[in-house]
Order: sequence, then structure tokens, then C-alpha cells
Amino acid sequence: MKKSDTGILIVDDELIVRESLTKWFREDGFRVDAAENAAAALRKLQGGGWTLMLVDIKMPGMDGIELLQRVREIDKSITVIIITAFASVDTAVKALKEGAYDYITKPIDPDYLDHLIEKALKQHELLQENQQLRDRVSEMATDTEIVGESAEMTKVMDLVRTVAATDTTVMIRGESGTGKELVARAIHNQSARKYFPLVTVNCGAMTETLLESELFGHERGAFTGAQYRRKGKVEAADGGTLFLDEIGNIDTKTQMDLLRVIETKQFTRVGGSDIVHSDFRIICATNRDLERAVKEGTFREDLYYRLNVFTIELPPLRARRGDIAKLAHFFVEKYALAMSKKVTGFTPEAMYALKAYDWPGNVRELENAIERAMVVTCGPMVEREHLPLQATSGTTSEGKRLDDVEQRHIERILKETGWNISRSAAILDIDRVTLYHKIEKYGLKREP
Amino acid sequence: MSRIRLLPLGSADRDMVAALRPALEADFDAVAEVGEIDLDLDQFLDPRRLQYNSTALINHLQGRYASIGGMRGDSPSLLAVVDEDLFIPILTYVFGEAQLGGRVAVVSYHRLQNERYGLPRDQGRLFERLHKEAVHELGHVFGLLHCPARECAMHISTYVEDIDMKPAALCPSCRRQLATLARA
Repeated sequence: MKKSDTGILIVDDELIVRESLTKWFREDGFRVDAAENAAAALRKLQGGGWTLMLVDIKMPGMDGIELLQRVREIDKSITVIIITAFASVDTAVKALKEGAYDYITKPIDPDYLDHLIEKALKQHELLQENQQLRDRVSEMATDTEIVGESAEMTKVMDLVRTVAATDTTVMIRGESGTGKELVARAIHNQSARKYFPLVTVNCGAMTETLLESELFGHERGAFTGAQYRRKGKVEAADGGTLFLDEIGNIDTKTQMDLLRVIETKQFTRVGGSDIVHSDFRIICATNRDLERAVKEGTFREDLYYRLNVFTIELPPLRARRGDIAKLAHFFVEKYALAMSKKVTGFTPEAMYALKAYDWPGNVRELENAIERAMVVTCGPMVEREHLPLQATSGTTSEGKRLDDVEQRHIERILKETGWNISRSAAILDIDRVTLYHKIEKYGLKREP
Repeated sequence: MSRIRLLPLGSADRDMVAALRPALEADFDAVAEVGEIDLDLDQFLDPRRLQYNSTALINHLQGRYASIGGMRGDSPSLLAVVDEDLFIPILTYVFGEAQLGGRVAVVSYHRLQNERYGLPRDQGRLFERLHKEAVHELGHVFGLLHCPARECAMHISTYVEDIDMKPAALCPSCRRQLATLARA
């Protein structure tokens, strides 16, 4: 910032001080003005354009500290330096607590004043730059790929906004491909933790020991191949958010370790004894029936209650068919840009097929289908035959889901065995408890 | 061509002030002269600080100068030279003070002397420092602001070390600006 663009306002009831400082800063090329009291200063502030204020602490009427408080309410970006006649720790502490950059004692050493102003302006410039970058990051961060205007998705986004403002643990539930990770990202990006990392752990993709090391890190020599100390994901999420995907798949030992770290926010690395602290927020996701897992004893009840504080249910795509067209166009635009193709939309037949299909793989399947279609499409529109949908799509998909097939198969076996549970379980190669759960799940009843 | 009148006041070394004259003539392409006035500097002494108020001194000189027609357009610019320790009320000390774009300036060599810093007396070094500060204050009188270039007499100096690091000459940019201001 040029000195002539830097506005310095001097507030002091002593004319000689106002004149001396005005002259001093004018010789430096700053834009300077002076006010004889707080009221005059506040009037001058209304015009805007001030970077720095030098404010005498002792003035008739409103004193310097009160003026400082008012300035902070009006424009936090103005750097305020308090001038005091006597160096007093109380005054200094009070001024700094109220947000003053520094305080100086009269008479001021010219060298000190010169360096103080230089430092204050440098910090002002950095803060301004920092604010601009934060605004830019916020703008970029809130721009997530969650697409949907249906009532179901509007409700989800309302919940995201509500919970993002808090530090509450969130459990996101929904079928595979419904966008659980995107929702986790949206919560993180709208939270106060957005400037810190969002660390994702796919709990379902790891073995017990690998997951433990992944979560908590390890010390050098903790196990064969551990040549260096490595920070874990929990440590990496310090200040930010830890997103535990497929939480329902973690083993009992890791469940216990995780419960402890959630409760204490401290842990030790694998093979280590030093206690490591980490301040993180937990968001987890699952497509499993955790309540059943708790009943079956495969998921700790205490961990379940720790995680299941605020639940967001993501609807499957078939339950929000109104969003299919918008999502499809979103993906066409995305891949047209990525593949440098001039594809702008869908033929009516293709769109009809998209809307009629059940999308068991949800949004992920839809995106994959459109990506594939974009590869083979040569014209301006995606046509029906470009879409890798089952031949039956476009008609009713009733009975095509895996659950439907399973339900029919269990019903058939139960009929064959005359509802002999043990024999049916043996034929199905599942245990009796599981069979009972499935009978309950599908609401199967023995015909009289 | 600019005109400069040098005024040694109080116990200021007349020979050193006289030696400034040709140097400043060359620096500003000006005609310089050394004058004398009868002035008791004690009236500017602050008994608590035991320092002399440079703003009050400048105001006094301006008043006296104006009363004899010294503020006319063709009148010389005035540079008072003193040995006394100067201050402006908000600052602990100043090496000099000037009316920005005005007519009067004052410079003190009190804090420019090696002896003040426990070093052996060095009159050559003292003259160099006084010369640089005289150019600096006269620069303000002619309308120049502080210059960010360290290789310029208009660069701000708050310690003698700062003065030693800069030259007595103006940088090309300040020199151009000075020519523009002179034409205006």
C-alpha cells in the first residue's frame, strides 16, 4: 500500500501533539488528519479510508479506551495505537485487551515511533491479505458438488448448515453412493474448523492392525517395516475434522481405542508411550444397520451412543427422482469440460431412461453412467443407447434389487422346508439368528 | 535560482556553518549566504526536559522573518543551525525540523557529535552529518517528503548511524521532484 493511500488519524486533546505528529507523518508522505476529541474522531471515521489511529488515552469526555472500543465496533480493520503520558501496566493491559495494536509513552522516541508504525502497517497489510484469502477459501470451500433441489435434499442441506455451526459429532447414514463423503465435506467446510484439515479414513478398507496404525500413527520400529515415526490420521486432524467412513466395519479392539480417543482427545502412537493430544471433530458414515450390529454385539453400544449424536439420513436417489435431471446435467457439464466435448444435454429418450431407472448404486452409479456415456457420445446430445443401463430400465424396476432377490429366495426356501428355521438356515448357509433377522427385515410370515 | 540564508544561533560553530554554504549551493544549485541575528535561545528551553523546543524556535523565526518581509516569494529560505538539543513535544528529540513547503528550518548538531556516544571527537564526521541533515531539512522546506531510497539524503534518519549510512546527495527521483517543485 502506498503511503499516500495510508490514512493516519491522530486523536489528542493537545494541539501541540496533534501538530507535531501530523507534521512528522506528513513528511513521511502519509495522508494525515487530526481530531481534538473522541467525538470529532468518530465523525472523521464515518468517511472511511483510515488505516491507523494514534489515540491519546486521557482526553476530556470519552477517553482513549472507550474510543478504542467504539472503533473496534465500527471497523475492526483499523489499527489503533494508544498514546499515554505515563507507562502503566494496567493501562497497557487494558488497551491491548481491548484490541489496541500497541501503546506508546509520551514523549516518544522517534526511532521507536518510526519502527512501530512500520511494523503496525506491515501487520495491517498482512491481516488484510489474510482476510482476503480467508474469504476466497470460504467461497471455494462452500462450493461443494452437492446437487439437488428436492425437498429431501433441501432438508439435508438445512441439517448440514445447522450442525456445521456446532462441534457436535455427526453420523451420516445412507446407501452406498448417496454422497456421504460430500456431506461430511460440506459440514467441515461450513464449520469453524474449515481452515484445518478434513482427514478421511476409510475404515472398511483396512485390516485391524493397519487401521490402528493408520489412525494413531506409529513409532519407529513399532513393527517390521516401520522405519520412521509416522503421524496417524487422528493426529493429522488436529484442529480439523476426522471423517470415519464405513465406521460399521471396524473391529472391536479399534472400537475400544477409538472410544477412548474420542472421550479423552489423547492417545499413544503404536509402539510408543508418549501421550499425543489432538483436537478434532468426528463425522462418521455408514450404510450398515448399526442398531442391529449393537444388538448382535458386533458394535460397542457405548461407541454407538458417542457417535450417534446428530444423524443425517441421505435419501437414495430413487427416493428423490426430481433431482436426477439436475444431477445428470451437472455431470454432463463436468465431463464435457474435462473431455473437451461439446455435449450439452440428453435426448428426451435418454432423459426418460435416466428418470425411470432405479439407480441402486445411487449418485455414484449415475455419475459413472454419464461419464461412460460421455466417452462414447459424438454428437451434441447423450442418446439412450449411450447409457449403460440395464435393458429393463425405462420400465418398472420392481424386484430387480438384490434385497428383492434375497427376499424371494428366503421365502422359497422357507416354503420348501415348511418354515423349518434350522434346515432353512443350513440350506442358505447362514446362522439361525441371521435368518430370524432377515425374516423380520422382510416382514415374512408363514402362510396359514 | 533558489536562495538560502544560513543562521548560526547560540553557540553554533560559525566556521562550520560557513563551510556549509558552498556545499549547499552545490547541492541545491542555489545561492547561499550566512547571516547573523541576535536571539537568546533560552526562551525556547524546556526546564523539565533541558531541551530546546524546535517548533517554538521555527515559529519565532518565521514571525521575525515575516516582519522584515522575509516571507516574500523571492526571499531566501532560512536554515538555523544550533548546537542545542532540540525536541518537539511528542518526541524525545529531533535532529532538526522544517516547515514542509515553507520557508524556515532548523538543524542541530548536538546529537551528531561522536563524543555523545563515547567515541573520539571527529570534526570531519560531524560536518558530514550536519551537511546531510541540512540537505534533509532544506529538502522539506523545498517540498520534498521522506524518500524510501537509502541512497538519498531525504531518507528518514532517527539515529546517527542512519545518517552515516546515507549520502548528502539527493537520489535522482528526489532531484527530479525538486526541479518540478521549483518550476511550480
